Amino acid sequence: MSTPRYRNAEGPYFGRYGGRWMPESLVAALDELESAFRAAKTDEDFVAEYQRLSRDYTGRPSLLTEVPRFAAEAAGQGPAPRIFLKREDLNHTGSHKINNVLGQALLARRLGKTRLIAETGAGQHGVATATAAALFGMECVVYMGAEDTRRQALNVARMRLLGAEVVPVAHGAQTLKDAINEALRDWVASVETTHYVLGTVAGPHPFPEMVRWFHQVIGEEAREQILQITGRLPDAVTACVGGGSNAMGIFHGFLDDPEVALYGYEAGGEGLDSGRHASAITLGRSGVLHGARSYLMQDADGQTVDSHSISAGLDYPSVGPEHAYLADTGRVRYEPVTDAECMDAFEALCRTEGIIPAIESAHALAGAVRLTRSWGAEAANRSIVVSLSGRGDKDVATAAEWFDLLPPQDGSEAPETGVQA
Amino acid sequence: MTDSKTAAAIDSAAAEGRPAFIGYLPAGFPDKETSIAAAIELVRNGADVIEIGVPYSDPVMDGPVIQQATTEVLARGFRIAEVFEIVEAVTQATDAAVLVMTYYNIIDRMGPAEFARRLAEAGGAGAITPDLIPDEAEEWIAAVDAHGLDRVFLAAPTSTPQRLARIAEASRGFVYGVSLMGVTGAREAVSEAAERVVRGAKEAGAQRVCVGLGVSTRAHVEEIGAYADGVIVGTALVAALRDGGPQAVGRIAAELTGREI
Repeated sequence: MSTPRYRNAEGPYFGRYGGRWMPESLVAALDELESAFRAAKTDEDFVAEYQRLSRDYTGRPSLLTEVPRFAAEAAGQGPAPRIFLKREDLNHTGSHKINNVLGQALLARRLGKTRLIAETGAGQHGVATATAAALFGMECVVYMGAEDTRRQALNVARMRLLGAEVVPVAHGAQTLKDAINEALRDWVASVETTHYVLGTVAGPHPFPEMVRWFHQVIGEEAREQILQITGRLPDAVTACVGGGSNAMGIFHGFLDDPEVALYGYEAGGEGLDSGRHASAITLGRSGVLHGARSYLMQDADGQTVDSHSISAGLDYPSVGPEHAYLADTGRVRYEPVTDAECMDAFEALCRTEGIIPAIESAHALAGAVRLTRSWGAEAANRSIVVSLSGRGDKDVATAAEWFDLLPPQDGSEAPETGVQA
Repeated sequence: MTDSKTAAAIDSAAAEGRPAFIGYLPAGFPDKETSIAAAIELVRNGADVIEIGVPYSDPVMDGPVIQQATTEVLARGFRIAEVFEIVEAVTQATDAAVLVMTYYNIIDRMGPAEFARRLAEAGGAGAITPDLIPDEAEEWIAAVDAHGLDRVFLAAPTSTPQRLARIAEASRGFVYGVSLMGVTGAREAVSEAAERVVRGAKEAGAQRVCVGLGVSTRAHVEEIGAYADGVIVGTALVAALRDGGPQAVGRIAAELTGREI
């Protein structure tokens, strides 16, 4: 094999990215976590326990569902490819996030830590962490941007039901990056008893490598399932990229299959020209934030620029360092998808297949639509696997507003959506 | 003898039989002129070394008081050039060693070589980099060395002897001993970890160790001064500046250094 090997890359560096751009106070904890992770990976008991939880609690393996009506709609008048969804939305708690959280909670228990903290954007990672804390009998505090607590009020309630304390973070842009800052401040002061369950493939080493490892199951299952169904590898795999954990998880299974094109879709927000987006790879430049060197949205002075996306989960101004490396090598292609393009794909999947996706995941669906159209007549014999990283129940209020599905506001009664916005 | 400006300031305090007093103020808070005036007041009232903090969008090591101050500065359209103007003004008006304290992405964006060049040109003594560990600092060390500037790294209560040796080796001027596990902000008592950090860093080869985080009273200064080469105060000064302007900063500095009761 003359193809470069990308699988199983180890930190701290991915090319020139990654590392540990962190206060010294946290280095001991990161070292401790790294050794625990290295030991756990090769410990049969740990792996068996993780796999048991993944099966009996999360519901793995997740399904691979073909969506022919969606594919036909994507193709319009032209021939349609076969499109398959990797159904992480069917996991317990409704997204891929639980894979990583259960792994890290098991590690935290090995380390003798009794308290879990987490940041959350859309709330999916916070819900997953609160869930694991409930399952393991641990204390849990979730930091969430104040703006996001308003956008995702239902998930806030969910976390509180699960026994977690939710702390709204009111400084900065009041979104995901500010929640991470606050979680890091907590961790510096509480590291003896507390594990920080970072929710994506970003942050200081060993988080990018470790979080990917807990999500690799997505790509491994998808590769096996598509081979079983179609007898060959897919032509393309698409995933949405905020920090990039679901994308790293599914891409990893195909990194060393050069015939499979990999596409990561960043949040294009209101369009790159508007300045209101979260396309760190497309428009960022190298910088350091939250412990890692990666692509970063920053101004001429190095101040982080506020990101924007209709999906809180992609509203992050940087991206995991392994993605930055894969972008530079050309192995994965990263493109922005605007809010409008994403919501069209969101609506199409609901209507054609009866599946309500997370708005984050709808970026990957929009990518599949874009690929289908670009292929033209050649689409007929091709197949795409889309990472459907989460379900859209949490997004119904946002979608109802976007598509104007609410009764006119007369100021008297809240609309009967069943969801509190 | 040393050619480190900061080390020289610490040594001359030691020659007077006292710990060096190091005061932190955020650049441009509440505005450029006032922040310069406050730094000058600090020196007049006993500060040997001044830290000019660079306001940054994601200050993970800062507690609420400093965060609030720097957020205000950023909101009024602060630009990095202002930092060098302030360093230059304070250097010209006083004989204190003036350090910049900055999160690393600010340096990274400008380029370490250019940042060091401009800092040296402004008369700065060097920089403290709270989120840069020696493991990642090769480029930065080369850049400051080209201009003979000081590079201050942090040592934590959790740092192992091996790491303390690396930190001592990488630092020039002094090692910043973090007195407790946490972010900046006034505390009731000085953690017992502080003395351990100082002893560990010295055993690992550090010549000068100054202690910061949570220091806010004359009693803290006296306690830490008994074993450390210098005492670093930030939040208490920033709160004074916020509430009472440069005069209040001078008053609290005089109190902390024991010049006035």
